[in-house]
Amino acid sequence: MAAMHFSVIQFPGSNCDHDCLHVLGAVLKQKASLVWHQQAQLPRGTDCVVVPGGFSYGDYLRCGAIARFAPVMDDVRRHAARGGMVLGICNGFQILAEAGLLPGALLRNRSLKFICDYTHLRVEHARSAFTSLARPGQVLRVPIAHGEGNYFCDAATLRRLEERGQVAFRYCEPDGRVTPDANPNGSLDSIAGVTNEQGNVLGMMPHPERVSEAALGGEDGRIIFESMLAALCRR
Amino acid sequence: MFLAKIHVSLKKSVLDPQGVAVKDALGSLGFKGVESVRMGRVIEVRLAAKAEADARAEVEAMCRKLLANLVIEHYEFTLEKA
Repeated sequence: MAAMHFSVIQFPGSNCDHDCLHVLGAVLKQKASLVWHQQAQLPRGTDCVVVPGGFSYGDYLRCGAIARFAPVMDDVRRHAARGGMVLGICNGFQILAEAGLLPGALLRNRSLKFICDYTHLRVEHARSAFTSLARPGQVLRVPIAHGEGNYFCDAATLRRLEERGQVAFRYCEPDGRVTPDANPNGSLDSIAGVTNEQGNVLGMMPHPERVSEAALGGEDGRIIFESMLAALCRR
Repeated sequence: MFLAKIHVSLKKSVLDPQGVAVKDALGSLGFKGVESVRMGRVIEVRLAAKAEADARAEVEAMCRKLLANLVIEHYEFTLEKA
């Protein structure tokens, strides 16, 4: 299988860019390159864009609000419109939501606290390109580290997300039950990750790149990257 | 020159945990009658425009494009000659 080309976008204040680069390059043996936010275009041959976590532009105004206007984002938008895969993690999710590539918005955590902890995620279905290798209902142990991860959208949007299977992950107990106690930040319906309607853009608050090799205490996050590779191979 | 004072706050339908925390703090300080607190931000923009209508249109566009996220927030502003 030829290596897939991942472009990891780097904003001033990104801090999970090298983690993503490491997982994609050294662990999964794919071609991965950093792309500075001022570049007008993604590298040629980009199969997938990763918008990593961090505090782009210091989270000024709102998380992700300024990053969405970075020059490279126009090409990210074009890539998504062509059906190219885009994965936004944590601040990357906030940026994609602000950019209108994903529905909803991320509010302050209900507790007002920055939370750095392990969570359990229930894979809602295996139909998306990001979860195709998982079992529906499979539980993944993936950490979060955010102050603004409280997912919100209006009632009509929530209905649409449900109908179209756009909810990718929900926070849950270790046994997969979705309970208020397992919801770390007050997210609507315990939503931890959503896709766009076409299913080629995913945003998630938890950090799969932090649990993609045993040396870091877990490998549950790998299934997301491996699902993406499987989807790219099928094309 | 015009001065726009823009007030951005969370929509009524969106829970404002910061406002709730401040309300609780006011309660514990002995302010008994506080029914609710909503937080927001004030943004002052000084801008050059030919006429008030132009300035108003410009500020509207700024709010919609950047200053407020209409999924969760609403905005209002006043405009004065400066």
